[in-house]
Amino acid sequence: MYSYLLPEFMIERLENRCIRCRVCERQCANKVHEYDGELDKLFSTEENCVGCQRCVVLCPTNALYVRPRVSDYRPNSSWTRDKMQNLKKQAETGGVILTGSGNDKPYRIYWDHLVLNASQVTNPSIDPLREPMELKTFLGRKPDTLKINFDEGEVKIESELHPNVPINTPIVFSAMSYGAISYQAYKSLAIAAKEFGTLFNTGEGGLPVHMRKEFGNNTIVQCASGRFGVDPEYLNSARIIEIKIGQGAKPGIGGHLPGEKVSDDIAQTRMIPRGTDALSPAPQHDIYSIEDLSMLIYALKEATNYEKPVSVKIAAVHNVAAIASGIVRAGADIVAIDGLRGGTGAAPLATRDNVGIPLELALAAVDKRLRQEGIRHKCSILAAGGIRCSADVIKAIALGADAVYVGTAALVAMGCTLCHKCYTGKCNWGICTQDPYLTKRLNPEISSKKLINLLKGWSHEIQEMLGGMGINAIESLRGNREHLRGVGLEEWELNVLGVKGAGE
Amino acid sequence: MSRMNGMNVKFGYRDNFLGDIRPVDELFAQNVIIEGNRGVINAQGMRHKEINDVLRETAKKGVTDITVNNVFGQRYIGTRLYFPQNHKPLTIEINKFPGNDLGAFLNGHKIIVNGNAQDGVGNTMDDGEIIVHGRAGDVVAMSMRGGKIFIRDNVGYRTAIHMKEYRDKLPVLVIGGTAQDFLGEYMAGGIVILLGLSLKNGEPHRANYIGTGMHGGVIFLRGNVEQHQLGKEVGARELDDADKKIVAKYVHEYCSHFGGNAEEILSGRFIKLLPVSLRPYGKIYAY
Repeated sequence: MYSYLLPEFMIERLENRCIRCRVCERQCANKVHEYDGELDKLFSTEENCVGCQRCVVLCPTNALYVRPRVSDYRPNSSWTRDKMQNLKKQAETGGVILTGSGNDKPYRIYWDHLVLNASQVTNPSIDPLREPMELKTFLGRKPDTLKINFDEGEVKIESELHPNVPINTPIVFSAMSYGAISYQAYKSLAIAAKEFGTLFNTGEGGLPVHMRKEFGNNTIVQCASGRFGVDPEYLNSARIIEIKIGQGAKPGIGGHLPGEKVSDDIAQTRMIPRGTDALSPAPQHDIYSIEDLSMLIYALKEATNYEKPVSVKIAAVHNVAAIASGIVRAGADIVAIDGLRGGTGAAPLATRDNVGIPLELALAAVDKRLRQEGIRHKCSILAAGGIRCSADVIKAIALGADAVYVGTAALVAMGCTLCHKCYTGKCNWGICTQDPYLTKRLNPEISSKKLINLLKGWSHEIQEMLGGMGINAIESLRGNREHLRGVGLEEWELNVLGVKGAGE
Repeated sequence: MSRMNGMNVKFGYRDNFLGDIRPVDELFAQNVIIEGNRGVINAQGMRHKEINDVLRETAKKGVTDITVNNVFGQRYIGTRLYFPQNHKPLTIEINKFPGNDLGAFLNGHKIIVNGNAQDGVGNTMDDGEIIVHGRAGDVVAMSMRGGKIFIRDNVGYRTAIHMKEYRDKLPVLVIGGTAQDFLGEYMAGGIVILLGLSLKNGEPHRANYIGTGMHGGVIFLRGNVEQHQLGKEVGARELDDADKKIVAKYVHEYCSHFGGNAEEILSGRFIKLLPVSLRPYGKIYAY
């Protein structure tokens, strides 16, 4: 415990409502609430509270309020409470400050400065409730030209096609490993992806053997720098293989799954001894160049008999467009770009909050560059990091994405309240923890339904907005910046986005 | 479509791997001779993908003993031999010089190379055996998870990086010569034996940063290294009897492949390098 730190939250218990049921005490893994039998009273240790609101929503009499405790220090725009408290923690330990989830700093969110078009008079809008509206998306490399042969009424494609994976909606669950999240949360994602006809991503934690047959067809497996859980069966059971180069929340650094989280099941899935640290090095040590990347891409294609698209995931950083061009030239079928606001189970705060560039700018730059070079069709683009709603999805597609990855949104659907304490392993919502007492709070049957509802709701909203623009297939919107206008943006920002200002 | 430098360049795009691949039937008919369970492939002039197309096709015919002649730098030999059904381990003999990623993701087959190997031998190899009658390049046995690799001579940088083990999956790498820097970096499991036979009497190994970030497994090293050559996550120990048995077993196996006097090799001085912690980076965070 740290000395001289102010609690981040204050807890108010309305005594006239509290019935001493002690739900709050049982629900809190951070040990905030404690019942004193002699006094018949509950007490709180505010210092331990992370503000996840679990006790608040489960209190049967609404007796609890948990509120951020506003800075009690002298107000100071430069030295905020966060800055001072983190510094004090470091002064006591000499350690690196960890955090979880995505960047919460007030960088400009470009989605909120982009508006969509709709048809008026000159072009009819379409009602998706009664007319066909295609959201199906194919992920993978497309041919340069399509040669078709008509033979006695039969149509045959003569060109050699590259493997493509159809998804029913342009939304894919992003990489969250079993180990970072609980088995229940992991399985919920798998069930929802299968039910809805989309994909989930294993992250670098392997795919449990018993899930391979049932969920393999809806799985993107990762091959990352630690190569955890990678064997030929794992690669061949999946639909897409993703080489993870970087992550938006922590570009340029690797990952540490601490030994205490490596339980028997996780050890088995990652194929490492129980209790050892699972260290994912920062670089892949066989990749020091685009040529080396190419070597791994084709090694994976060889290992899977050229039957699966290979994706390369990078964090959005400076020069991302040139890097993406190199990735496509190296032979990747999909380029995944993870922006500044992408989430994580654990990352150094300094990296999460300061490294990388916003997804919107990166995505637009990559799409523009690949078009200029005439190689945009050679890959699909997956946009990740900070997609919060269906409008973000549709704007991402208009900026050039084929589909988006959602991570944080899926976690919120399952119960996450963004307390940013994923790295502590004490998630009261049973999502980002391996403690069986906590993980059993999440029922995959129920939480997968919530995820399916999320996909359903967003897909319908996307259809409505598409119809409003007079477009009946999501493909027609891809990279179609004419349907976007910027509001409140500087000229350089409009230039990078390739978007006109509103009114133009 | 423009053509530049006589190569098929479209918008500056050139496919190094899939351009101008010849059909496998044609290649198979021209370059493969099968007799019973033995097959001989002439790889002269084949591209990376072609040689593996032909290997796969040959394996599918039920051949279990394959010799590949005239190999000059083709990559991924052995990688595309994962057959979920009817899995029969193959023995593949390679004459001359296979390219990078020899036996990457290898799935239980045996590969014998009569020549030198390049970078990435046994990359993320799952099971099987690779025997190289010569030297090998960088990142040999990277993330190797099982099986055995024997290299007769020296190896390059970052050998056995992030090698790992789990229960009965215990990868073993035996190197006859010496290694360059970062041997056993991030090593998480398995056994590496470095014999130093290419060194002159008393000449030390030259590698620095041996076992940097190591958090599992063991390196048995024959010959001399100074403390400053070891990563700070590694401790050096004497061999106990159990260790000596392990080393003896694999040195005999080494000599059965490449010749040499096992007893003479074993009489040299060995040290054992172990990680000092399973959690080298457990204490760098402030929660």
